[in-house]
Amino acid sequence: MQQALNTALGGLTLGMVYAAFALALVLIWRSTRIVNFAQAPMAMITTYVALVIIDAGHSYWLGFSAALLSGLLLGAVLERVVIRPVEGKSHINAVILTLGLFIVLHATAGVIFGNEFSSFQAPFGVRGFKVGERTIALTGFGVVMGLLVLLFRFTDVGLRMRASAYNQEVARLLGVKVGRMLTLGWALAAFVGSLSGLLIAGGNLVHPGYMDSVVVFGFVAAVLGGLDSPVGAVIGGLVLGLSLSFVSGYVGSQLVPLAALAILMLVLTLRPGGLFSHAQARRV
Amino acid sequence: MTRLTLVRRLWSDSTLLRHLLVAVLGVVAITAVLTAVSDFRSVQLAEMAYLGTAAGGLTVLTGLNGQISLGHGALMAFGAYTTALLLPDLEASTPLVLVVLAAVLVTLAVGSVVGVAAARLHGPYLAGATVALAVAVPGIALFYKQTLGGEQGIPVVLPPTPQWALDAGYYLTGTDPSRSKFVAYVAWLTLIATFFLLANLSRSRVGRRWRAVRDDEVAAELAGINLGRARVSAFMVSAAAAGAAGAMLAISVRLAAPGSFTLTLSLTLLAAVVLGGLGSLTGALLGAALLTFLPQVVTDLGTDAGLDNIQAAELAPLVYGLVMVLVVLLAPLGIAGTLRSLMLRHRHQDRHRGPTQTTGQTTVQTTGQTTGQTTGQTTPQTTDQATGPDTPGAISTTSKGTSP
Repeated sequence: MQQALNTALGGLTLGMVYAAFALALVLIWRSTRIVNFAQAPMAMITTYVALVIIDAGHSYWLGFSAALLSGLLLGAVLERVVIRPVEGKSHINAVILTLGLFIVLHATAGVIFGNEFSSFQAPFGVRGFKVGERTIALTGFGVVMGLLVLLFRFTDVGLRMRASAYNQEVARLLGVKVGRMLTLGWALAAFVGSLSGLLIAGGNLVHPGYMDSVVVFGFVAAVLGGLDSPVGAVIGGLVLGLSLSFVSGYVGSQLVPLAALAILMLVLTLRPGGLFSHAQARRV
Repeated sequence: MTRLTLVRRLWSDSTLLRHLLVAVLGVVAITAVLTAVSDFRSVQLAEMAYLGTAAGGLTVLTGLNGQISLGHGALMAFGAYTTALLLPDLEASTPLVLVVLAAVLVTLAVGSVVGVAAARLHGPYLAGATVALAVAVPGIALFYKQTLGGEQGIPVVLPPTPQWALDAGYYLTGTDPSRSKFVAYVAWLTLIATFFLLANLSRSRVGRRWRAVRDDEVAAELAGINLGRARVSAFMVSAAAAGAAGAMLAISVRLAAPGSFTLTLSLTLLAAVVLGGLGSLTGALLGAALLTFLPQVVTDLGTDAGLDNIQAAELAPLVYGLVMVLVVLLAPLGIAGTLRSLMLRHRHQDRHRGPTQTTGQTTVQTTGQTTGQTTGQTTPQTTDQATGPDTPGAISTTSKGTSP
């Protein structure tokens, strides 16, 4: 019983990480219809920014905010410079492009920081007191998600962003600067991504590939929920985290990716658009 | 003169004959090359051959049928492990041909299961499912440690080079071919056979169906094409090629281990296909050549510039990642496609004397934004309707309005 409870708790924590990541993917998908496979390396780069600042002797929180800011900036710049030309074109172009970015960012980090592991300090230095850290991480995600909901529901910018995601042409006719909204959407997504990156890194080892498993599982979570639904992303993340945690605890950790594949296949075979998808018409 | 026209007519009318001729030329060329190069180069050439074989399968799937797969590395793993299980020691003298066939069949079976699931998925959903496949498959080998060898993998014991091959090698080149040369010959013959089959298939009715499904699902269905069957068959053919490539990887590395089949391998294959030009087998071969020979050049440059070895090793992926991004942004047809469209445009201009009007539609500009959605299908500089239905690559021809 004790073990089951621990497994469930661990699974929920993991699920929150996947959920945050899936949320970042959904944010981008809703505005630009692009799945950003480069999300994980983007978060990894910003974590390294924090690491460099902290290692230079500055405070943890300075590094933390610098990382989040650089996440915002990186997202905006990438959208404006690299992604903009393929928006609205074929899916394959966009997928290949973000995969190319994945490789580029990965290799850049490898060239600059080397491939070795470096340790990353936890926010309050409470090593070993696991439950405390988890609560902090969970509260962090909760606060950010709440802020995002507030932004999208109750602010003017949020309304504009939703409008440009819903119908670009009409939004444009109504005077919304759609391009700016898309850039903002990418920046926000990169912000959420780098936050989750920082929280995963806290108290752990960091190397250029440390986010790679998260991108796969975060993506699976987003697809489970249906790429269009933020609520779906969060629920998908939690469900995935829980089930993977049980597979890892009771069957074997090597089979975790296989279990994720099985869950994904099952859901997609029954509902090709994910659990929370609306019936959709594809334009011919 | 009449003989020349006869040859020319045969060349343009009989696809089979043309492909056979190219295949024979390929065999001659590779024999000449392998005779001349060192053992080290032939190891590299073997690597190029198996990457090329897998990339050929992937380019047919992605370029001709419009399905993206990030899981071809995992499919190669099935081929490699089948090979390794069938070649455990010197006593098990399964002929190499049968081993490769078995590897192809096993991968084909796996590919048909994956293909049935994939046929229902689109764009990013398919990409995600195949990414999950690429990550999941190495885990199977880790879990079944007893039979699949866990992290260390299973060694592959290559049966002794058959006498007839030694004789043939001696007859052709005057020396006994070394082991690595023998492996390179086998890998290249596999590549040529695979490409021959793929080229014929994509020129046939099957290939036309794949392209029809890629370009317009509804029109294809109205024309009586079974969408699901076309998709699954494309995936199966592509998986079979990946299986053959996996078998070649196993015999040239002499090991089947999970470390060889990471997500990176799958991404590398996709990079090869995109660099060369989607849908073009020549492009796949070019891409494979780049991926084989570029890393060494770039790494050497990096060490000369004062980076340490680990950092320099990361330069190669950096370069081909960058090239991948640039290709998508600037030359969506890839190397082979761009050359081809340049050639066609040149010929077109010769015929009409003067620049022809391109049919690229202008960008709709609204509210002063430079980013209005293009309703045209291709970027203006690559638009050439003369290429018709054989335009290599879905990249420029399958864009559909996807705005919400």
